Amino acid sequence: MSETTAHAQSPTVQAQEHGQQHPIRLYLVVWGLLFVLSAFSYMVDYLGIQGHLRWTLILLFMMLKAGLIVAVFMHMAWERLALVYAILLPPLLVLVFVALMVSEADYTIFTRLAFFGAGP
Amino acid sequence: MAQTIGTHDETSLRPSGLRGVAADFSSDQRAFKTASWGKAMMWIFLLSDTFVFGCFLIAYMTARMSTPVAWPNPSEVFALHIGGEDVPLILIAIMTFVLISSSGTMAMAVNFGYRRERGRTAALMLLTALLGATFVSMQAFEWTKLITEGVRPWENPWGAAQFGSTFFMITGFHGTHVTIGVIFLLIIARKVWRGDFDVERRGFFTSRKGRYEAVEIMGLYWHFVDLVWVFIFAFFYLW
Repeated sequence: MSETTAHAQSPTVQAQEHGQQHPIRLYLVVWGLLFVLSAFSYMVDYLGIQGHLRWTLILLFMMLKAGLIVAVFMHMAWERLALVYAILLPPLLVLVFVALMVSEADYTIFTRLAFFGAGP
Repeated sequence: MAQTIGTHDETSLRPSGLRGVAADFSSDQRAFKTASWGKAMMWIFLLSDTFVFGCFLIAYMTARMSTPVAWPNPSEVFALHIGGEDVPLILIAIMTFVLISSSGTMAMAVNFGYRRERGRTAALMLLTALLGATFVSMQAFEWTKLITEGVRPWENPWGAAQFGSTFFMITGFHGTHVTIGVIFLLIIARKVWRGDFDVERRGFFTSRKGRYEAVEIMGLYWHFVDLVWVFIFAFFYLW
């Protein structure tokens, strides 16, 4: 019993000394991926892709980049779920605000066009 | 108390998954079991900053959606004249790569910090600060270019007047964050270089023992600045 405890204890002690310790290779891979994804999102503009495909691609590359930065560079992937949820769930409420303001902006443009014609 | 990780018994007995979330929050103790309060507080600050930038981007969305005047095309506005032709958005693309590279060097600085390689950590942090300063200089160039072309918060030569105000507010606020980050980086890099975290020298302001975790907390802030740029790049420059 005491032997197993001693055996299992060593990684914990090591973690205490070194904190978040991951191979350098992982960071280099993520760095490379971020470069590639940024190049892709730049190409969306450079190639002049328009319409729904443009918006989908922009959002896709944006979310992938944001996910990589938060998960690996900011070490969120190795934190306990309590911290992950406490930090990552509240920003979702911003989407509610977005929905409110989309509706508000639609109304504003409607009144502007209805009462002032096409000009401001 | 000040240390990050509890005893062995505590960590091994702790449940994972949703059961772990419930157990951590209902433990009548600190909820973030494996994150020190310094790290948790930085995360909470970053959460509040997320809302600040979220509000800016929502304000931009509202302005752009509600104006009957056409929005200036960012692809043309931010084009640079290189070698006889306009390359769309090229300066912004370079700025993006510079900021991502600075995030990469920062992540490696954190890694070397926990390996207690003082020299490499400080060098990588200084490189990060240099890339950050490059980013701010390029932004200053961009601002100068747009101002000489007649962009003001209340008007611009290409279309909807709100373009100027949202541009200056969003990029200005982000640039301020980068500038503060560069100063923050230089301060921590000096401490690393001097060996403060090896001898646990107490901070002159907080009187707390210096630990290499400070580099990771600094890194969180820096990566956040990069993260915000990802969203600004997508919504303001590409959309």
